[in-house]
Amino acid sequence: MSEQSLGSIFIGASLINNFVLAYFLGICPFLGVSGKLATATRMGAAVTFVMLVASVCAFGIDAALSALGLPFLRLISFIVVIAATVQLVEMFVKKTSPALFRALGIFLPLITTNCAILGVALFQTNRGYGFVQSIVFALGAGIGFTLALVLMAGIREQLELADVPDLVRGAALTLVVAGILSLGFMGFAGLGG
Amino acid sequence: MTPTTLPPAADVPSSSAELLEGLWRDNPVFVQLLGMCPVLAVSNTARNALAMGLATLFVLVLSNGLVSSLRRFVPRQVRIATYILIIATFVTIVDLLIQAISLDLHKALGAFISLIVVNCLILGRAEAFASRNTVGRSLLDGLGMGAGFTVGLLALGAVREVLGFGSLFGLAVFPATFQPWVVMILPSGGFFTLAAWLLLIAARQRRRAGAGAPAAIATTGVAR
Repeated sequence: MSEQSLGSIFIGASLINNFVLAYFLGICPFLGVSGKLATATRMGAAVTFVMLVASVCAFGIDAALSALGLPFLRLISFIVVIAATVQLVEMFVKKTSPALFRALGIFLPLITTNCAILGVALFQTNRGYGFVQSIVFALGAGIGFTLALVLMAGIREQLELADVPDLVRGAALTLVVAGILSLGFMGFAGLGG
Repeated sequence: MTPTTLPPAADVPSSSAELLEGLWRDNPVFVQLLGMCPVLAVSNTARNALAMGLATLFVLVLSNGLVSSLRRFVPRQVRIATYILIIATFVTIVDLLIQAISLDLHKALGAFISLIVVNCLILGRAEAFASRNTVGRSLLDGLGMGAGFTVGLLALGAVREVLGFGSLFGLAVFPATFQPWVVMILPSGGFFTLAAWLLLIAARQRRRAGAGAPAAIATTGVAR
């Protein structure tokens, strides 16, 4: 069990070691879905939710596998459970809120291959977080992901109007902006020790 | 329509074309922008980049081979889950292999070895190529794409290590008076280096196509 306080875990996961900008996890949706502010917010919310569920599941799996002495099955079980969870969430959302389901569209199934989700599950086990710590960590990571996505979407909406040389438009420009954002997030390094 | 009944593409390319496709024309890093997470995260030194590239190559070739040989037996509804299970199995093997070969390397790459599972490149090749082509061609495709991925990683890792540490594969390149560019080792250096490579390739592409045609690479990127 790690000794870190809940506050420092939260700030560490959301700001200092932001999943997107410091660990490069979830880059695919970060680059793909950050074109519009509205979709970015929804995607962030969906990812945060799945992260929380996956974190709880991962904690249970890890405890069970450790008790059985089968740690090498960890990765396989994690990915299967995450895929199943995403499927369940998809069915649940479809049933309870068709409007939200249509809005999320293709993003929901894509979350399965979002490395940020598996990253949360792997990091919390590697660092030996307890149950409450894991949940706080997942929440922080999800909020950090949403924050990065929304910031990026806002900047890209403005860039649409800017007069940028033709050659730079597209992936390269997005990457440069992401790099500058990442530099900016390094400023949080002093927070919370 | 099931993938099992799909005939191979009309113009069956030679095996060398299969290899070159992934290596250069459809390079997963620079052209398709797939599997960006490991590309940016572990390319801070050339050694890490090479190890990551080879690990991905290994998983890609073997999973392509297995997916292709099972393509007539896997029901369409559960194919993605099956692919992920196959990939996860090979990734676990790679993880244990690297741990056995070099504990240092295993520590440096950390969770990113396990994260090969969710590399969209591997699942993408399984779904788009291996599930509808013969075992031999799938193996070649995996080899080409994996090699292209390794080249891309190495291109990033070499630049970042030379500028960030003043060395290449741990050997000093510049005299001791060289001031390392610390930003290159930091996460933002990864973004900047990849952006620079993309620009370079787009500029080259454009010069070739003539001034009229727009640069294909810069616009087709960022698909997922």
